[in-house]
Amino acid sequence: MVSKSFRAAINEALKLEMRRDKTIIVLGEDVAGGRGGSANVEEAWGGPFGMTRGLYKEFGPTRVLDTPITESAFVGATAGAAMTGLRPVAEVMFVDFTGVCFDQIMNQIAKIRYMFGGKAKLPLVIRMLYGAGYRAGAQHSQCLYPIYTHLPGLKVAIPSNPYDAKGLLIAAIRDDDPVLFFEHKAILGMKGEVPDEAYEVPLGKANIVRAGKDVTVVAIGRMVHMAEKAAAALAKEGIDCEVIDPRTTSPLDTAAILASVRKTGRLVAVDEAYPRCNMATDISALAAQEAFSSLRAPVRMVSPPHVPVPFAAPLEDLYIPNADKVAEAVRATVKYTPSS
Amino acid sequence: MQQSRDELLKAYRVMSRIREFDERLHVEFATGEIPGFVHLYAGEEAVAAGICAHLTTRDHIASTHRGHGHCIAKDCDVNGMMAEIYGKEAGLCGGKGGSMHIADLDKGMMGANGIVGAGTALVCGAALSAKTLGTGGVAVAFTGDGGSNQGTVFEAMNLASVWSLPAIFVFENNGYGEATASEWALAGGDIVRRAHAFAMPGHQVDGNDYFAVWDVMRQATERARAGQGPSLIECKTKRYYGHFEGDTQNYRAKEEIETLRAEKDCLKHFRARVSEAGLIDAGAMDAIDAEAKAEVDAAVKAAKAAPTPPASALMTDVYASY
Repeated sequence: MVSKSFRAAINEALKLEMRRDKTIIVLGEDVAGGRGGSANVEEAWGGPFGMTRGLYKEFGPTRVLDTPITESAFVGATAGAAMTGLRPVAEVMFVDFTGVCFDQIMNQIAKIRYMFGGKAKLPLVIRMLYGAGYRAGAQHSQCLYPIYTHLPGLKVAIPSNPYDAKGLLIAAIRDDDPVLFFEHKAILGMKGEVPDEAYEVPLGKANIVRAGKDVTVVAIGRMVHMAEKAAAALAKEGIDCEVIDPRTTSPLDTAAILASVRKTGRLVAVDEAYPRCNMATDISALAAQEAFSSLRAPVRMVSPPHVPVPFAAPLEDLYIPNADKVAEAVRATVKYTPSS
Repeated sequence: MQQSRDELLKAYRVMSRIREFDERLHVEFATGEIPGFVHLYAGEEAVAAGICAHLTTRDHIASTHRGHGHCIAKDCDVNGMMAEIYGKEAGLCGGKGGSMHIADLDKGMMGANGIVGAGTALVCGAALSAKTLGTGGVAVAFTGDGGSNQGTVFEAMNLASVWSLPAIFVFENNGYGEATASEWALAGGDIVRRAHAFAMPGHQVDGNDYFAVWDVMRQATERARAGQGPSLIECKTKRYYGHFEGDTQNYRAKEEIETLRAEKDCLKHFRARVSEAGLIDAGAMDAIDAEAKAEVDAAVKAAKAAPTPPASALMTDVYASY
């Protein structure tokens, strides 16, 4: 196997799927780039982060469509196109920008199938960058996947590594339901083993990143790496963590999470999203309701404080959950005794 | 006249069925048996009929909250529509949509829509499919004077123009967005002037004149099918009922509706035109009215008697894969 970056894995998944199925189109702001500019190039950027570079050259203007800055129109268009025979993959540069097309996602894409009594299929994917750590400020650093996880009718994929990025994206493109696909901007350069051929990582199947017996640590997206780092440190202290990456928050692999919590009796839920109504609270509630008698300590949540993402580097570093905070929470659950 | 007798009969049948359908709903809604919100199309029939006369199943439309007319004009089954409005399992959407979400993709009907202006973006997608897959189809977005001020609508018109899509934006300017007059809410006064900003032809017609609507839609459809891009059509019309059933309508004078019915009625206008031209006699149109009445009556009776969805339907149709 070859080591590839997260970015390359995404790019490869798009290319392989577009070669396989001619109804797949890619659309978004600057997905080719350079249209109408003074340099007169056909393909300039492949998106500001280069995620779609090379697609325009191979698949041309009918399948790789630059859009004006117009999220409502082109995200809504994915629904209309998906209902009528195409399989669109849209790129909304940053998840923060879905504020302007929220209606199309929430009221149209998520509900059309149900409102139509199952008579519509919406095979579409919306790819978005998310997450803090880029010194990008409050409007380019959010997670927001809890909002979309909240909405029935949507699937939500949040790969934590290049292998999953490729496999989950291929699964998302082949899926007949709308999938919101989250790519953390701080791990785009991260490398990992990625097979050259097409493969699927199924939506709704968690990954046991590290097996352990003392504490279950559920972490999402970039936070998986914080959890792994914490687990490595804690192992030296004799604390054996089981790290679970749900990979998708909708559907959520509740069975894998609950099986682990029943085994370890302790849960730490790690989520980079704002702390109210995020995936950590959701997973904690799941454990409280379904595995209460197995719990030997109160569930702990590791999330940022309830503030917008700050710009200044020391503040942003303080904001983002890290391995130390995860380790601290794990230690607290291990040390807990009912009388304490 | 450019239309054959059969085409004209078909158009009259569409208008007559819409009128009967919504006039009857007005009566039935008052009994309390119909759940939720119902927005009636009566008075605006010539728009739906004139626009959809140019469309077949390969063409798509996206409708509005006031969608019954568009559904009937796009050949949706009246029994299925009525059952849907009553929230019954036999409804076009299994009772999960209701009046504001009637859809039938087999007929190219992409749904009524509870969000003002939202369908314009969906239509960009359907038009993109038609263009990319080479179906020869066009996609038509209906919206209103209210929708004409929505950001999504501007975005959709711009995108359709930039991508040169076979899309047609039909604005039913019925004078009121809910209770607020379009004369007050619409900067610039006329929706049609906005076409210029998006580099597409704009047509403004009397929406009560089937023939005028038909003619501009012919031009817009020809242009779209020839790959020349989108058009905008503003149809000036008025609704006979309130924004929704139960609306007290104290924002408009009683005489306004009386005058409309007496002097501007689109069915009366149509009847006069084809009678004067000696194309269709009144008896043939009366027969169509009688058929529509019987059809709608049967649909109401069937819908009332039909079973509601079973509890098991609650959890189905959320996802295609499970």
